Order: sequence, then structure tokens, then C-alpha cells
Amino acid sequence: MAKQVTIDAKGVHYTPLNQQIRKAVEDGVDEIVVDNVLGQRFIGNGLRGNATIRVNGVAGGDLAMFMSGPTVIVSGNAEHAPGNTMDSGKVVIHGSAGDAVAHSMRGGKVFVRGDIGYRGGIHMKQYETQRPILVVGGSAQTFLGEYMAGGLLLVLGLDGAMKAREIGSGIHGGEIVIRGDVDEACLAAGAKKLPLTDEDRARIAPVIQEFAADFGLDAEPLVKADYTRIVPASARPFAGKYTWE
Amino acid sequence: MNSNFGSMPLRYRISIDREQCMECGRCVENCPYGVFRWDGERILINSRNCTACHRCLTYCPRDAIMLQEHPCDYRSHPVWTRGVRESIYNQARTGKIILAGMGSVANLPIIFDHLMLDACQVTTPPTDPLREPVELRTYLGKKPSKLEFTQKPNGDVELSTELTPNLMLETPIMLGHMSYGALSLNAHVAMARAAKETGTFMGTGEGGLHPGLYPYQDRMIVQIASGRFGVNVDYLERGAAIELKLGQGAKPGIGGHLPGEKVSADVSKTRMIPQGSDAISPAPHHDIYGIEDLPQLVNSVKEATERKKPIFAKIAAVNNNAENVAAVARSGVDAIAIDGFRGGTGAAPRVFRDHVGIPIEVAIATADRELRNQGLRNEVSLIACGSIRESADVIKAIALGADAVYIGTAALVAMGCRVCGNCYQGLCSWGIATQRPDLVARLDPDVASNQVANLIRAWTLEITELMGAAGINSIESLRGNRDRLRGYMLDEGLLEILDVKSVGA
Amino acid sequence: MCGIFGVMDKRRQMMDGSGIREALSMMNERGSGEGAGYVAYGIYPDYRDCYALHVFFDNACENKAIVDATLEQWGSIECDEAIPTCDQLNLKVNCTPWRYFFKPDASLAPGSASPEKDVVTNLVMQINACANGAEIVSSGKNVGLFKASGWPEDVADYYRIQDYEGYIWLAHNRYATSNPELWERPDPFNLHDWSVVENGKTTTYGANRRYVESFGYNCSTGTDSEVIAYLIDLLTRKHGLDINLAIRALAPPYWDEIDRMPEAEQNLNRALRFAYGSATMNGPFTVVAANPDMMVGFTDRGKLRPMVVGECGDRLYIASEETAIRAMEPKVESITRPAAGEPVIGRVAP
Repeated sequence: MAKQVTIDAKGVHYTPLNQQIRKAVEDGVDEIVVDNVLGQRFIGNGLRGNATIRVNGVAGGDLAMFMSGPTVIVSGNAEHAPGNTMDSGKVVIHGSAGDAVAHSMRGGKVFVRGDIGYRGGIHMKQYETQRPILVVGGSAQTFLGEYMAGGLLLVLGLDGAMKAREIGSGIHGGEIVIRGDVDEACLAAGAKKLPLTDEDRARIAPVIQEFAADFGLDAEPLVKADYTRIVPASARPFAGKYTWE
Repeated sequence: MNSNFGSMPLRYRISIDREQCMECGRCVENCPYGVFRWDGERILINSRNCTACHRCLTYCPRDAIMLQEHPCDYRSHPVWTRGVRESIYNQARTGKIILAGMGSVANLPIIFDHLMLDACQVTTPPTDPLREPVELRTYLGKKPSKLEFTQKPNGDVELSTELTPNLMLETPIMLGHMSYGALSLNAHVAMARAAKETGTFMGTGEGGLHPGLYPYQDRMIVQIASGRFGVNVDYLERGAAIELKLGQGAKPGIGGHLPGEKVSADVSKTRMIPQGSDAISPAPHHDIYGIEDLPQLVNSVKEATERKKPIFAKIAAVNNNAENVAAVARSGVDAIAIDGFRGGTGAAPRVFRDHVGIPIEVAIATADRELRNQGLRNEVSLIACGSIRESADVIKAIALGADAVYIGTAALVAMGCRVCGNCYQGLCSWGIATQRPDLVARLDPDVASNQVANLIRAWTLEITELMGAAGINSIESLRGNRDRLRGYMLDEGLLEILDVKSVGA
Repeated sequence: MCGIFGVMDKRRQMMDGSGIREALSMMNERGSGEGAGYVAYGIYPDYRDCYALHVFFDNACENKAIVDATLEQWGSIECDEAIPTCDQLNLKVNCTPWRYFFKPDASLAPGSASPEKDVVTNLVMQINACANGAEIVSSGKNVGLFKASGWPEDVADYYRIQDYEGYIWLAHNRYATSNPELWERPDPFNLHDWSVVENGKTTTYGANRRYVESFGYNCSTGTDSEVIAYLIDLLTRKHGLDINLAIRALAPPYWDEIDRMPEAEQNLNRALRFAYGSATMNGPFTVVAANPDMMVGFTDRGKLRPMVVGECGDRLYIASEETAIRAMEPKVESITRPAAGEPVIGRVAP
């Protein structure tokens, strides 16, 4: 039988809170419910294993940074940089999130039902079997996928038009897929637009289905929708800037 | 499109004394830049490819090879120097930013050379390090500002202040952060062994930690740079300490690019990026856009490693250095490395290398003073880096307020580097700054580690002697002890900034 | 640098300082315990027609005499007293906070459209520029600013801000980099109508300072928010820009964006950048500013600092972190994160 514990985070500083979570994981707990979270940072930080952590409230900055394995589900919003430098595991945010979501993420998944702030997916990168996935249900802001070096960044735009400009500035790996058309003027230097092929669609369909299942959405129309795919124009976006002495 | 510049004057000319030459061909084998080639019976020379790495000279059994720098003169001119003119030709041809290897070549005075050390004469005796202990042991990390005690029922006093983790160094000289990728694995292994043998530490740079270095991991300071290459929780747990690289003296305010051709299979594993892809380190950490974000990253790393390891931060020395250091000192880090503008690098834009930043001597002195003024000196240790060339520089840096130093270029020179400044070509003939297997194999880690260890030992001995002569038998008594320095031909403003008196005073 | 918080009630319903204290202390991770401050509008209804001058004296004897004499020259003091304080264990008191309720003599600024404010501006510049042991930290009608070196809770309890009721509050949690001991250094900064808190640090302090100083302002504290308060006063009161345009001058669009605008808008934006190039602020910042009629928030054009906006009934909140808003308003109705170039402007009903 799955082992569950509940932790009340009301008024608890993040260090003892993380110690309690870490201890629960060491004790073999499968599901850790953390209630009354109000801005505590670093939840799930550097955590290994495959426990599920349910964060009830608003998660503070650097949620699941360096995390390697667990699943973190946030009922509310998250602040700055959830999924920062994450290795593997999954972060599901039912609300919205701040700037620099999934910064430098190397593996695992970050699903945000609402909007994300500026610089979402900045410098995401992939390695061997590790391929990070960031899916945004709502909209993303400017500098989306800046310096992106790998992985998949998917924006579904469920709540209205996409706001991002300067998309894929300095992108040199990975792909950004956005529902609907994206104005050429919104692409940054180094990024180029491609139509979504059937092969691409087949690749993203399971991701959309998983996202839809997590948030109770109907996947079918989303899988069938029109998407724009944005990829690097070159693997060496800055090579042309320099000469040797 | 062609330019009308044609052939530029040679930078170096290689000549062979044909009477001495026995045509053994070692120069042809040793030069990776293609200066020498066989043409039937004869060795031909293409001086244009020469980098002055000296590999051919070193391996010529007859001393038959000679190198001359700037064999062709320009009309001399004090304003329109050779360097200025050649940069214009380059940029007129390419329209690009000029990159250059190694540290600053700007012809500016070196403050270290204008600081004289003290020695005891009549009022106090010198210490003789041969028969009396002179302690160089250095602890890096937070020190308590005040101790708390509890009295036990039996009357014994017990310390209740908990000490936070510190690194223990046998000598205040550490090997600075130069990444695997920029350097070869053999160079890294050599330095790691030397660090272990001499009881000090080595920085990984931002290239991750190669499994070949795991045996030395308790002597490694693992670095987190803006690109986050090779950073995961396993990496953080392996290091003895963790350093956040916020800036670099050779190129303050900008990031770096490791070109895809240097990302070999092994480098790719360590950096955790695909083979052959560019490794781009952005200028800022994109999760630090304001000073209040720095404690967030520091605490994030501390939480991930359960607060068991000291966290360092490295910044470049620039304007308002003292304020920057005080800000970093409040972030919860345990040590701050300050990198002066003469710091080395594999490649940096020439305009940054020669024009941005301030000297390490000034940066350390102002940092130490400001931290003391703000009551923060015990919060952090200070590490001076960026052009520490000899033991006298180490001792002067400590007297100006550092706890320890990082050496970089000096350690490379100890392994054979000739400071040719062509690291970026990836063809280092000494096997130091290259990934080409045949070149890497030239550097024997056993031999090279011994040379690096020897350098550290020799400097340590010299520092011991200098301290003894000054009547100081513990390194912390030297730290910030500017009274033991005098400025020679430094202007009044600078003396005041350094808080050092003039010679004669 | 730091963490900021602002709240405004559109119908001038009063809020005491306890909720603001709670909200600000939620962001202690953003501060270093060496500076916090609060400013509130509407706290002095009994003296609503007077300029309330909050002054820090090195000592209340000789320093005060100088200020008394200067004020008497420029107008009349209706009342003055020590600001009530309550010693806190962790707060090192190194000055005496005092307040004057002052009526400037408008005839001393002939020809001015806002003579009283000119007199008060000159007074503030004159007193703060001199090494006279006195620093005027706020100078508006029905406004008071309370700040010190310490954690937000200690600073709030020292001034007993729960005893004040205002309809707009701004607050600031400082991460010190220099002079942690100086009580005048933390935000907020105030000049009569305008108060400013900033999260960030501009890279244009030197250029902006030289610009405002050419109009007679004098920057004495070396902080961004002082310059920003003067810039807003200059642009809105002296140059007649409405607040939207003033913010646009301080944080203008990129040329690329301007190039894509319809012609009239393009001309306007180009003209703003031409005229106010030296007032343009660069580098990372989120600014929240207030005057008796409004509270505004805006970020740098690259959106390098966070700004979270909350709304609940008549209340508008702007903060560095959502949790600060939730600490004061657990049932907040909407939380948004406006884009760069989209200033948040909340106006109080007339």
C-alpha cells in the first residue's frame, strides 16, 4: 500500500520544511502532501527518488531545482524559476509561474496550466536520453526559449493570444512549438519558423495527451490543432561575430 | 571578398641553422601548427603558422632552430602602434570582434611590483623557519564573529557556537578554475594530483567533472557557471566546495563559448551536452538579475547539498568592487574569489581583455577594508586571483587582505605552457589546451603533476621564509597586515586606496 | 535590489500598518536585515493642509535649531514633535526621527505654477545637501515615511506603524550593499507628493543624476529611488507629462518597437526618447511610485525584475512576490504579472 504523509507548512521556514520532506523520502513515503505552502523556496530541491510531493498553496522560487526523479504537483502558482537546472522528474503547476521557468533544465517535464513569465525555457538543453519538456497551457512572455540548446518547449495558448516576442533568441538546439501562427516579427535572431510535419505531430501528441490528462482537458482538439514549429537557424548562432587576433 | 592588404608582416620568423640541423625531423613531428614540412630531403619552413610555442626549439637535439618576434618593422609610431594598426587591418577585413588568447597585454604598471615587503631588523627578531614553526595552514569559509558558551553543571565551559564547514588548506595557494574542455584531461589530472599532494584544492571550471577526476573529488571545488554545464546533484555532492562563477577577470560582464569542435565525446559526457554542439555560457546567470537573487541561488545550492559544503562565489574586479563584495558577502556564501583584470582565459574579446576591470591588488585591498567597515569580514574568506605570478605576489595579496590565492596561468606554465596565447586554436603543442588525442598524450600526468606540485612547494617555502623574516609565524597574522607593505613609486591616491604607506614611512 | 510592496485603496478606505508589516516580512529572503521602510498616504488628517516633514536628526539639539531656523525663513511651523517610537532590541538607533507640520510661504516662489511645492523642494534640497546633521526623509501633505536600518518587523514596531492609517502604503525590504548603518539609505524615498520604492539597481544612476541635478535637484543619498522620485516630479509637475508619458520617458520602448508603430505614435515615442534620453533608466528595476491620487508600477523594458499585481475589491496590490500579497490578502481575486512596457496605474477615486 502506498505510504502517505502530510506536512503542515504554515509558518515553517524552507530549511526545516525541506528536511521533513527529505526525511519522508528516505523513509520510503510515496506521497507527501504539504499543506499551507506560502512562498517557501526550494521545495524538492536536489531530491532523488520517485515520490510524489503535493504542494498545496503558492510555491516559492527555484521549485524542484536540481531535482532528479520525484514528481511535484502544485495546486496554486509558482514564483521564479520552477524546474531550474532540473535533471529528471516532473513538475505540474495548476496555476501560473514567474520568470525563467525551466531555466537550464536538462531532463524531466514541467507542465504549467496557466501562463509563464519572461524567459521561459531559457537555456534548456538535452543530453543523450535526457530531453527536457516544458509545456505551457496559457501564454508565455518575451524571450521565450532564449539560448535554448535542446528539448521541447510547447505553448498551447488555451487562454488567448500568445504574448511572447523575441522568441528563440540565440536558440542553437531543441524546438519550440506554439499553437497557431507566430508572426515572423516575433522571432529573434537565430530562430526560424517551420511548419509542423505529421512526424512532428506524432512526436508531440503523447506530450499533449499527458498534459491534458494532468489537467483534465480534452486532448483530441489540441492534438489536431495547427502549430508553428520554431527551430535554430544555425547550431552556431554567434560564430559569425568573432575573428582571431 | 578579398581585401587589399595582401600578406601582413610576419609575427614570428623561424629559422634553421642548416649547419647544425641533422634533419632528424623532430620539429616536423612536434609542431601541430604546420610550420615545418618535409620537401623531399629538406625541411621547409612556413613561419606564418608559428605561434611561438617553442615546442620545436625544445625538441631540437642540436639547438638549430631560432625564433624571432616581429622580424619586420613597421614605421615606429607612439600612437599608431603595431597592435593598433594590425587590429584595424583585421577588422577592416572581417568586420568582427577580435578574440585573443591568454590575459591582458595592455602595457600598464603592475602594482605588485611597486609594493615592497618588510623584514625584521632591530626592534623584533625574525623567525627562523628552519627551527621554529611557521604556519601556512589556511581555513576557507565563514568564521564566527562571536562565540557562545554554555556552562556545564561541573563547571566546565562548552562551546555552543556551531562552526560552519571550512576547507582546510596546507598552503594558501589553490589551483584556479580552468575547465575540462578548455584544458585537456591530462592537464586536469596533473593539477588534481598536485592539489592532493600539496594539501590544497583545485577548481573544476565550468566544464563538469570527468570520471577520471573522481579519485580526487575531495580536492575539487566544483563550479556552477551560467551555462550550468555538467551540473546536477551528483556533481554538487562530489565537490569539496561549490563555486558560483559570477564573473571572470579577463572578460568581466560577458559569457563564453566553447566551440562545438572542442566538444569531443568525453567533453560532451562531462558537460552533458551533445558532442559537437556549441557550449554557450551566457553573460549573466539567468536566475540572477538582481542582488537579492544571489542569496536565492546560494541557498538553493545549500539546500540541495543539505548545507554540508562551503559555497564560493567568483566575481570579476570592476568599479565599486568593495560594494559588490559586500553585497556578495551578505548572500550566505562562505568565500569570495575576486578575479583581477589581468586574469587569464582561453579566449576573450581583445577589447574586454585590455580595457575592462581593475587590478587585483586594488580589488583585494578595497574588499578587505569594506568588509571590515561593514562588520562582514568573518562572514567570508577572500581569494585573490588574476595574474598571481610568483610567491611574492601571493604574500602581497594576503597582506592586502586575501586569505588565499588561485593560480591559473602559473600552473599551466609549470606544465610547460609558453604563454603563446593560442589556446583557442585547440592545437596546444604541450597537450595542455587541446582535446586532440595525440597532443593530449604528450602531457604525462605523472610528470606534469610533479612539476605543478614542485611549484606550489617552492612558493610555499619562499612564503615561509618571507614570513619568518617579517617575524610572522602564522599566515592569519599576515592577512590584511598592510603595515608590512610599502608602496614604491605609487601615487598618493593609490596608496590611500590600498591603505599602504609609502616607502620611507 | 530588495523586495517591494505597495497597496492602494481606490475609495480611500484606510488600512493600518499591521498588514503591510506582515506582507513585507514575507519577503525577508530578499533583504539583509539592514534596512526597511514604509510610507503612507492619509495618515495626518488633522494636518491635511500642512506639509508633513519627517526629519532624521543626528541629535535633536543643535541640528534641530538649524532646521527650525530654515523653516521659519520659508514659512511657518504649525506644530513639531518627536515621531513616537518604541525601542527594539535589534535596532541600533543612531538618529532622532522628528516631524514638522509646515506651511510654506507661497510668495517666496513668485511666478511658479506650484509655489508651495517649489518652496518645499528647495528646502529639502538645501537641508539635505549640507552636512548639518539633518536629513528630510519625507515632505508631503498628509504623508509620512518611516524607515531605519533593520528587519521590516523591527522597523515597523519601532515606529508603531500599526497605529497609522493610510489609503496608500509603499514598503521596502532592503538588501544592503553599502552604508548599512545609515537610516536615510533604505527606500522608500519621498519628495512632497511622490514616494518611490525600487527593486533592482539601474545602470544609469550617474546619467540620471546629472540630468535631474541640471534642473536644480540635489541627490544626496546616492540611491536610485531618490533620483527616480525627482525624475517623476520633474517630468510630471515641471514638464507637464501625464504619468503614462512620464513612465514611457523613463522606460521607453526599443527602437524596433517604435519603428513598427503608426506614424503619430512613432513621432511621439521618438520625441520622448530624443528629449529624455538622459532620463531613461537602464538596467534591472521594478519601481512602484505613489502620490496622493495614484499608485503606479513599472519595470525595465527587458523585464529583468519581478512585478506581481493583485486585485481584490477596491484594493490594488503591487509586489515583488505573490506571497507578500497573499499574506495581506489571502482571498486575493486576481494575480497577474504585467509585461514590460505595460505600467500598472491605479487611481484613487476623486
